[in-house]
Amino acid sequence: MTLHMKTIAEMADDLAAKRYSAVELTTHFLNRIKQYDQQLNSFITVTEDLAIQAAKQADAARQQGHAHALAGIPIAQKDIFCTKGVKTSCGSLMLDKFIAPYDATLIEKCNAANLVMLGKTNMDEFAMGSSNENSYYGPVKNPWDLSRVPGGSSGGSAAAVAAGLAPAATGTDTGGSIRQPAALTNLTGLKPTYGRVSRFGMIAFASSLDQGGIFTHTAEDAALLLQVIAGFDNKDSTSAEKAVPNYRDSLHQPLSGLRIGIPKEFFSEGLNAEVGATIQTAITQFQKLGATIVDISLPHSQMAIPAYYVIAPAECSSNLSRYDGIRYGHRCEQPKDLEDLYKRSRAEGFGKEVKRRIMIGTYALSAGYYDAYYLKAQKIRQLIRQDFLDAFSKVDIILGPTTPDTAFKLGEKADDPVSMYLSDIYTISVNLAGLPGVSAPAGFVKGLPVGMQLIGNYFAEDKLLNVVHQYQQVTDWHKQSPTAF
Amino acid sequence: MSSITKETVNTIAHLARLGIKESEVAEYVENLSSIFHLVEQMDAADVSTITTMAHPLDMCQRLRTDTITETNQRAQLQKLTPFTEAGLYLVPQVIE
Repeated sequence: MTLHMKTIAEMADDLAAKRYSAVELTTHFLNRIKQYDQQLNSFITVTEDLAIQAAKQADAARQQGHAHALAGIPIAQKDIFCTKGVKTSCGSLMLDKFIAPYDATLIEKCNAANLVMLGKTNMDEFAMGSSNENSYYGPVKNPWDLSRVPGGSSGGSAAAVAAGLAPAATGTDTGGSIRQPAALTNLTGLKPTYGRVSRFGMIAFASSLDQGGIFTHTAEDAALLLQVIAGFDNKDSTSAEKAVPNYRDSLHQPLSGLRIGIPKEFFSEGLNAEVGATIQTAITQFQKLGATIVDISLPHSQMAIPAYYVIAPAECSSNLSRYDGIRYGHRCEQPKDLEDLYKRSRAEGFGKEVKRRIMIGTYALSAGYYDAYYLKAQKIRQLIRQDFLDAFSKVDIILGPTTPDTAFKLGEKADDPVSMYLSDIYTISVNLAGLPGVSAPAGFVKGLPVGMQLIGNYFAEDKLLNVVHQYQQVTDWHKQSPTAF
Repeated sequence: MSSITKETVNTIAHLARLGIKESEVAEYVENLSSIFHLVEQMDAADVSTITTMAHPLDMCQRLRTDTITETNQRAQLQKLTPFTEAGLYLVPQVIE
């Protein structure tokens, strides 16, 4: 049965033509999860009964002739989105017993389109990590090589889609947590512009950087799903009051006349030579499609990592102060006094990396250091944004590698946080500026996927998906699947 | 920028209300030191004339009309912890 090898666009056509039902489609994926997920550990919670119920509702809606075009399409949800009545753990012991009392706006929108939630996917705890080795529920394995990481923090979502356990999954991206796992697992991973997708009900890590997005195999599928989740939300004060275009309509625009900027800083030391060569091949492909290549510079790129590792921890230390063991979340046994309750609940509930980042953030915001660290980083952020705005006055899209190397081995960087942080070198500046970015399959090095990253101007998701779609019409990297699954 | 010491770690842990064991302090000193060494790369940038950027979008806080839109969900929300009584959250004694 190769149902899972179809795209969402194909499945939607099949469901409309009644070639099979939503219940049959959902059952297919639930069976694949049962068969394969023990090897991957990509799901924290599989919502089998709810999925079948939702699939029946989708079939009924189609029967009555008023269904959304994607009614009945299964989707996996990153366990960072609050799902009413369903465990929402954020990959942490702190929320191991937390049953969300409401749905995130993104979840509401998926439900309104009658998408079928298969379950909640594994992730680095509180979205902090680049390997999915920081989860309370154990690491996720890369379906392309089970001894390697799938990337993080949305590693569970990436692994599930890459192994054909779900045709799509949601993720969140604060420093690269959709784009980097997409690159390591041969997927199309989209981080929209900051403010494009509502953050209401999306457990906060760094509020000025977090953005929800999706994993699919193709740009067309990403366009279909972005259409569902994008849009203004009154309940999110950072939600952009900007109309949502029809993303599918712009997919077919030819690329002649497109100006693609190649930043020299993304092709310097630290980049694996074979990964670089793979991206150069992709650049040549874009030239054949009619694009013009322009050399550009993003001079403050080197500052992105130090600035990010002040800003993100600072915001996280503030956001995670709500986990105090009082109203929800883990509480320690027999607290002596209130201070003991706070300190032990938080020490027990949070893993190592989360505690490390809370400590960094608290220090950076503390009296005497706020100006030197946090304010300075916010000024560097302005410089990084300006670099991009200058570049976009000369080019339409920026292209480079998503990651400096292919998937690393489990445990390889676990003891060296700085080495782990450096793997986000190409993705982080995009979050600091709030721009949209997508990673798409561009080839393989020694059997491991390589992703290319395209960065667009604010709210240019339509252009990004158009460019990737055109590339995917003349290449077939995105159609490859790991043989073991 | 100053270096991270054991005292720094203990002070920060207290501010963050994180209970750190004595045996863990050395590792925090090492990790935080190497991370702040990375962060010191920011010193190379001249930001004397640059404004801060707290937020990617050019927007200010939206206002809304002063009408009630939320209902009281205390009973439902207090199901999230067993430590409640008469609509209040139970904590260790704070005031002597």
